[in-house]
Amino acid sequence: MPPWLSDLLWTYQNVLVALGVNGLLALSMYVVLAAGQLSLGQAAFMGLGAYASALLSLRLHWPFWLVLPLSPVVPVGFALLVGGPTLRLSGIYLAIATIGLGEVLRAVYLNVDALGGALGLSGIPEAAPLWLIYLVLAASLFVLWQVGRSRIGRAMEAMRGDARTALAMGVNVRRYRLATLAASAALAGLAGALSAHATDFIGPSDYGFETAVSILSFALLGGVASPFAPVLGAAVLTLLPEALRGFADLRLVLNGLVIVLAVLFLPRGILPWRMRRSAA
Amino acid sequence: MLAQQLVNGLLLGATYALFALGFTLTFGVLRVINLTYGFYFTAGAFIAWYLTRGGTGLALALPAAAIGSGIIAVILDALLLTRLRRARADELASLMVTLGAVLALYAAMTALLGPDIRRLPQSVLGSGALVLGPVRVTQAQLLILGAVTVLAGGLVWLVRFSRLGLGIRAVAENPDAAGLMGIDAARIAVLVSFLSGALAGAGGVLIGLAFNAIQPYMGEQMMLRGFVVVILGGLGDIFGAMLAGLLLGVVEVLTAAYLASGFKEAVAFALLVLVLWTRPAGLFGRPPPRRA
Repeated sequence: MPPWLSDLLWTYQNVLVALGVNGLLALSMYVVLAAGQLSLGQAAFMGLGAYASALLSLRLHWPFWLVLPLSPVVPVGFALLVGGPTLRLSGIYLAIATIGLGEVLRAVYLNVDALGGALGLSGIPEAAPLWLIYLVLAASLFVLWQVGRSRIGRAMEAMRGDARTALAMGVNVRRYRLATLAASAALAGLAGALSAHATDFIGPSDYGFETAVSILSFALLGGVASPFAPVLGAAVLTLLPEALRGFADLRLVLNGLVIVLAVLFLPRGILPWRMRRSAA
Repeated sequence: MLAQQLVNGLLLGATYALFALGFTLTFGVLRVINLTYGFYFTAGAFIAWYLTRGGTGLALALPAAAIGSGIIAVILDALLLTRLRRARADELASLMVTLGAVLALYAAMTALLGPDIRRLPQSVLGSGALVLGPVRVTQAQLLILGAVTVLAGGLVWLVRFSRLGLGIRAVAENPDAAGLMGIDAARIAVLVSFLSGALAGAGGVLIGLAFNAIQPYMGEQMMLRGFVVVILGGLGDIFGAMLAGLLLGVVEVLTAAYLASGFKEAVAFALLVLVLWTRPAGLFGRPPPRRA
């Protein structure tokens, strides 16, 4: 590696990690939105993946190649427990059931000493190099692209348009909702494990309400026409506050306003081109 | 000891019920999960804090805070939701818009005013207490009881027995049909927004009194309770929300007393998930749950 490149990587290490992790989080949001659902528990699922993987690394000293594939287990379990009953109800119930999860878990992390309490968990081995984060991101993009072009993607798009019509067309709406929710929690869990092992510290307040809304803003800015759209949204909203230093306090204001403006005036996002699909 | 806990729980629950009333009213009539609702709660508490600090008594500060938050609610509703209502967008769109707006509002408020906790002046709270056998009720708690009774009673009277309430119920049933019967649905929407904002604002002042800790994100912490109460009571059900609010207050106080205060939120949330699994229409199960 030439010295200028390693300098660059070293200087912008944190931004590059955030860019990759936020891309994964945006994809986790995309998976549910693309099926016409709204989960507001993405930050909570990320936190569960981060805490579970950090505990495996710190307490049991398991190697990272074993910890990373296991990191989706706990978030997916929680997603099915909390979201499961809402899948047969109207879409707002999933949003209501998941919106409080992050804050509830924050209170639990704070009050359980085995989870580090207010101090969080530190000294996590820095086992997730940049290339691994981007490898996971690229692999997820590839898989979601292939899935999106298949009949599964067609079914998801039908559900997004109107769940009842999709049901009448023979789409097993409940099974798709369950699968997309689980996939979304798994992606968020992977993102949590990667970010925990890239920064060596996690705290109880990292995965609350603000993070959940920010993840939604990534996906809504990009749109859900293809998996590339939410990743682009995440990149814009990660880099913009970096470019406008001095306005750090207003980062959350920006993310909130992006959601308002995107839903009201730009419902298809900044990258509205749909995936090509052959006739089935 | 237990009697005292139960009384504390019921009084706390009364404020939860008051807070959830406006929330469930908005959903019942306007079919909107309005997440800016938590901000009205914060706004009410802050208005009361500014006024009482300037020497205004609570008798004036409480109605002023309620009216002020009601006006904020009407403005935000007009800015955020009119366009979606006209386009007949689905419920998730309005939920997302209000979610983004409320984060922007909390974050802007924190950036402007700072995140620190503010306290109401000592003179407002009063130190007297009513002692009934083993139970001690503070002056603040008596005020909460009185205010909640008046406001909740007034709301029920308005919705059930007044001509305006007939209009509200008609719009809740079917806005188009109500419009054909000569009811101005847009005016009813403004009225409902104002009422819900005022209830949330009053709730903010009362919770501010009960815990004496006022900060921008207090509305966000309250929203979790709001969700638990409206789901337990059945989405859109006013009486259900009142009973569920009282129930949640008692459960929280007992959890804090006999388990650990750090698990209040977790217990409340577990209750929410349990009800969604077993009785999605709410504990009292009147309106049918909305299926997809």
